[in-house]
Amino acid sequence: MDVAPKGETAPRADAPAARAFALPRLADWRRPARRVASIGLFFVAWHVATTRHLDLYVRFQNIPAPALVLEEAIELFGGVDFYVHILASLERIWLGFAIATALGIGLGLLIGWFRFAADTLFPLIELLRPIPAVAWVPLSIMLWPTERSSIVFITSLGAFFPIVLNTIHGVEGIDRQLVRAATSLGAGRAAIFREVVIPGALPSIVTGLSVGMGVSWLCLISAEMISGQFGVGYFTWVAYGIVKYARIVVGMLVIGVLGMLSSALIRLIGVRCMPWLARR
Amino acid sequence: MRPQGRRVTDSPTGRIEITDLGIAFGVNDRIVEAVQRFTLMTTPGEFVALLGPSGCGKTTVLNAVAGFVHPTAGSVVVDGEPVAEPGADRGMVFQQHSLFPWKTVLGNVEFGLKMRGVGKMARTSQARTYLNLVGLDGFEHAYPGELSGGMQQRVGIARVLVNRPHVMLMDEPFGALDAQTRLTMQELLLGVWREVRTTVLFVTHDIDEALFLADRVAVMTARPGQIRDLVTVKLARPRAAEVIATPEFMALKARVFAQVREESARALGPRP
Repeated sequence: MDVAPKGETAPRADAPAARAFALPRLADWRRPARRVASIGLFFVAWHVATTRHLDLYVRFQNIPAPALVLEEAIELFGGVDFYVHILASLERIWLGFAIATALGIGLGLLIGWFRFAADTLFPLIELLRPIPAVAWVPLSIMLWPTERSSIVFITSLGAFFPIVLNTIHGVEGIDRQLVRAATSLGAGRAAIFREVVIPGALPSIVTGLSVGMGVSWLCLISAEMISGQFGVGYFTWVAYGIVKYARIVVGMLVIGVLGMLSSALIRLIGVRCMPWLARR
Repeated sequence: MRPQGRRVTDSPTGRIEITDLGIAFGVNDRIVEAVQRFTLMTTPGEFVALLGPSGCGKTTVLNAVAGFVHPTAGSVVVDGEPVAEPGADRGMVFQQHSLFPWKTVLGNVEFGLKMRGVGKMARTSQARTYLNLVGLDGFEHAYPGELSGGMQQRVGIARVLVNRPHVMLMDEPFGALDAQTRLTMQELLLGVWREVRTTVLFVTHDIDEALFLADRVAVMTARPGQIRDLVTVKLARPRAAEVIATPEFMALKARVFAQVREESARALGPRP
């Protein structure tokens, strides 16, 4: 057969890869080194400020030094109680985020694709969205039978809005030509939704999940500080009350690390779900 | 294995009858007539090019045959059935960026078969046959973003042909490619069309392209688009790129060129 032309078969995607290899090899270790150094510098600055009891309008007299915090952390992680708090927070995040993901993606796809859903649901979402999740705490305590369920509700609420909005945005941004292409290849309404709308909105959905994960940590810790009896937020707030200042910082750092890990998890899931973006 | 050519005699599908077609759009409270009193008939297996200045409504005609837009007057009938909605019997190859970015090359070509409920094994084997036909063996598992523009268009052609459409609609499919690749693609298209005979309605504003590919070239007027001249291209097939240097081709080109120039000038409006 003579229909296969020669000469233009080199994939264009090779070009960016080639460019990456052309960079000096130094770049391979410089970037991670810079990242580690930046965190290291933060700890050094913290150490200097607290051991010298600096008073630069911002006062470091009562702030625990890194060594004290480390000591406290070793003690806390040696016991059982701290794990109970961490697990309580993780359970609430997981539940709240899972509910927000299911509802946010589901409703977002419907609102983005069906005019009826957009007309009936979107105004309500826009009305409730500006209310900070923390402002829901009093009402939530009245609404929900247990402390656990009310905190999960707050956590979920925080994650819901970024997820639903990004999903809607993703669906609205789908190239109409792809929908036309699908119909001219025999796709019906259900197939278009499944094969074009959902994967087309996916990059934006993953962005929504990333933002939502951050917001749900914010809401969880706030809710725990206000109304909890368990959780890392509650633990951190109580430490202030009982004048255990090193504990406050341990609590904060644990929140930071858990938040960072959960964001990394979302990114990983995103890359797994969208191989076509990773390979570019 | 190679696809069975759809011979004109045993299965005469692909008869397009466009009669007095009129299509109007509402643009900012104004009604714009894109196409007016447009009439064109094709015979099964024929290659017809729609040629005209940009904005003359040639893509609108194509969209009406695809079922993407609905006529405000007249009718579009394919194989006796009035066109009501898009369907796999009238597959469209777009100018660019119409492959599903999240599907591999194989996934894109299998799409139509999947829609028809063909099993996984059968659809992979059929899709591979058509990928072979357009010269893309070995690229099954690449994503569209990893391919050059010309390769993407070949996937677009395979993706339509795997459905064995009665009509293949092509909307300036090579318009976004560089001149060298365009020429290669034109030859490839003729090679593929020889194997899988289907009616082709091909929109272009490139005179050489229209004359090189088509059996007949419909030269359109400026908007509202009508057919100004219907040129039969009697150049022998199979055609190679060298044909464009023959006196026969030059004569046809001169005839068409004068008309297209006039219509382009009209499309731009009166000159100062």
